[in-house]
Amino acid sequence: MDLLNALVALTNYVMIPAVAYGSQLALGALGVTMIYAVLRFSNFAHGDTMAFGTMVTILITWWLQSMGINLGPLPTALLALPFGILGCMALMLFTDRVVYRFYREQKAKPVIFVMVSLGVMFMMNGLVRFIIGPGDQRFSDGERFIVSARDFKAMTGLREGLAFKTSQGITIITAVVVVAALFWFLNRTRTGKSMRAYSDNEDLALLSGINPERVVMYTWMIVAGLATIAGVLYGLDKSFKPFTYFQLLLPIFAAAIVGGLGNPIGAIAGGFVIAFSEVSITYAWKKILRYLMPENLEPDGLVQLLSTDYKFAVSFVILLIVLLFKPTGLFKGKSV
Amino acid sequence: MSETVKHSLMFAFVGVLIILDGTTSFGIFAGSWNSALGILNMGLVSAIMALGVNLQWGFAGLFNVGIMGFTALGGLAVVLVSSSPTPGAWSQGGIGIIMALILGALTVVAAVFITKNMTKGKPRVLALTALLIAGFFAYRAVFDPAVSGVEAINPALYGSLGGLGLPVLLAWPAGGLLAAGAAWLIGKTALGLRSDYLAIATLGIAEIIIAIMKNEDWLSRGVKNVVGLPRPMRKEIVLQEDPGFLDTAASLGLDPVVASTLYVKITYSLLFTVVLLALLWMAQMGLKSPWGRMMRAIRDNEVAAEAMGKNVTRRHLQIFVLGSAICGVAGAMMTTLDGQLTPGTYNPLRFTFLIWVMVVVGGSGNNFGAVLGGIFIWFFWIKVEPMGAGLINFVTYGLADDSALKLHLLDSTAHMRLFTMGLILLLVLRFSPRGLIPEK
Repeated sequence: MDLLNALVALTNYVMIPAVAYGSQLALGALGVTMIYAVLRFSNFAHGDTMAFGTMVTILITWWLQSMGINLGPLPTALLALPFGILGCMALMLFTDRVVYRFYREQKAKPVIFVMVSLGVMFMMNGLVRFIIGPGDQRFSDGERFIVSARDFKAMTGLREGLAFKTSQGITIITAVVVVAALFWFLNRTRTGKSMRAYSDNEDLALLSGINPERVVMYTWMIVAGLATIAGVLYGLDKSFKPFTYFQLLLPIFAAAIVGGLGNPIGAIAGGFVIAFSEVSITYAWKKILRYLMPENLEPDGLVQLLSTDYKFAVSFVILLIVLLFKPTGLFKGKSV
Repeated sequence: MSETVKHSLMFAFVGVLIILDGTTSFGIFAGSWNSALGILNMGLVSAIMALGVNLQWGFAGLFNVGIMGFTALGGLAVVLVSSSPTPGAWSQGGIGIIMALILGALTVVAAVFITKNMTKGKPRVLALTALLIAGFFAYRAVFDPAVSGVEAINPALYGSLGGLGLPVLLAWPAGGLLAAGAAWLIGKTALGLRSDYLAIATLGIAEIIIAIMKNEDWLSRGVKNVVGLPRPMRKEIVLQEDPGFLDTAASLGLDPVVASTLYVKITYSLLFTVVLLALLWMAQMGLKSPWGRMMRAIRDNEVAAEAMGKNVTRRHLQIFVLGSAICGVAGAMMTTLDGQLTPGTYNPLRFTFLIWVMVVVGGSGNNFGAVLGGIFIWFFWIKVEPMGAGLINFVTYGLADDSALKLHLLDSTAHMRLFTMGLILLLVLRFSPRGLIPEK
């Protein structure tokens, strides 16, 4: 019984949150990695791209709510999501047209691109704060739980409850669908193949008649989609705040680098590696150990390795270790 | 017009802006010497930071996105060096904290030793894991009680180790040393890889330094802030009671309160100018020397420089540490000027991004450009908010005073700064990438 309780507590406090957070990070890291693969720079504006797409979605969600439209048990934001993606795509294509294209034609060094993306990041950040304000926004509605802790306890008679939030369920399902669709697109469609060709060898791709501007355009559109979905899922699961989205940049970069920059499978794996380490290192294990240890050996402290204030330090340390020992990432990325 | 005259005129223009701020209250100008000197002082500090970043970017092409962290470490040095020691802190746990930190460092050293001296394989992995886990728990076992001991000492007033009580000017080089240490750690891991990695690693270390300063109360009281840090000169209140000073003020026709604030601010200006000139001289000498030529050669063509037998990664590490140390010195100077350390106020926009705008606008690769950009952009930064508010008032002239849109727009003027600074950076990078004073 104690073992079962420990298992339930582990699932409730570590596994489910980490899987949901990992899916969100994986989607974010996929965006970073796609930009890296095709445009060959680390996009510092990615966190704020997520924030922008989420903001558009939130505004449309509020409008739909005021019209009395909702999805019943599901959050209205899902209905608004396509519009958010469209808005974010428009912004991405506009930024590419007025900012990045010039440097592409110049064949500027990657570090110049990184710097330019920093400028774009601050403009987007300013724009988001200007429109929706710097504060916390909650926009989830519908059923809060698929399984609530109390129902679970009543059902099983265990001492530990297991809560499964709707937002977590939606996150996991959406992530699986989006990743499957992305891989299908990259591996099966003509455009996807031309993107991979361009990413592998630019000169050869140009020789075989692939239009680079088209590849770049599709990349930005896909990235806008991924960023908005990741941002909305994160916002539904936690809450939306422009500064938090800027801070997400660090775990997202860490995830992309751990997996190997430019490698989509690596980005997904990296997202989960970062999420699981972050959650398990900042979780207070006392609750679980209490079930597993004999009574006289119970721990006094919280058995928390690091306080949650340092959750970014976890992704950073993992990043440093990967850079020190395996700079190309777990799955072979493009860069050294 | 020769280049030198043109550049001197630019400096003169910035000087005139500051003088106008002191003399007239027309338009954006404040019309008070207090405000003008305040801008000048922070401008000088910003110029020093820009000098440090220019060393990294202009000389070596290294992209540092963690200036905020190095600045904050400088501020931390002021607290650790110059604030007075907390009574009883060392006996209550200070020694324990130091022991724990040494224990942690020893663990890392032992881990490095094992990695280097054991052959690859399962035994090495096992030994490393065992060592790190044991080391971590031993560290926590010593560290935690010591920390709660220190933090329990009158938390409303102290609750931290305090400092060494040394003169505050000593804290400036100490700030440089702290920042240099952090930079060495980052540079050692991220340099020699792709240029993007350094950017990401510095972004991370800056966030973590701020997180540590906010949460480790024993170190610098965390978000409870440290106020009343010592100053390199007499305080205003002391001056106002000094008969000699009062006589001088009266003979100049100044109110004692105004005279004392001006005295403090002018002393800071002089001190900062001395530091700035010294660093500027060193940077100029470095740029002209064979070392500077080598650095630029590496920046312009790493492969060729490597072929000539230069160790590119080592040189990069060297200049990265130097540039970060300068940022640390500037950070210590800034905290001294403020008289307090408030970890909650460090944000990347103000402490990283703004410095980048200064360097790029001033002219990367040119030290005088960095200094000009530092002071000019700081002036602009202070004045962009009144300008933004004025602009929005003008645009919304036709709207009623209580219209929701107008109120929202006026509320949001603070965020205009982010937008404007991003715009300036993009425009300069695009249309005038060499900046106001280009590299020769």
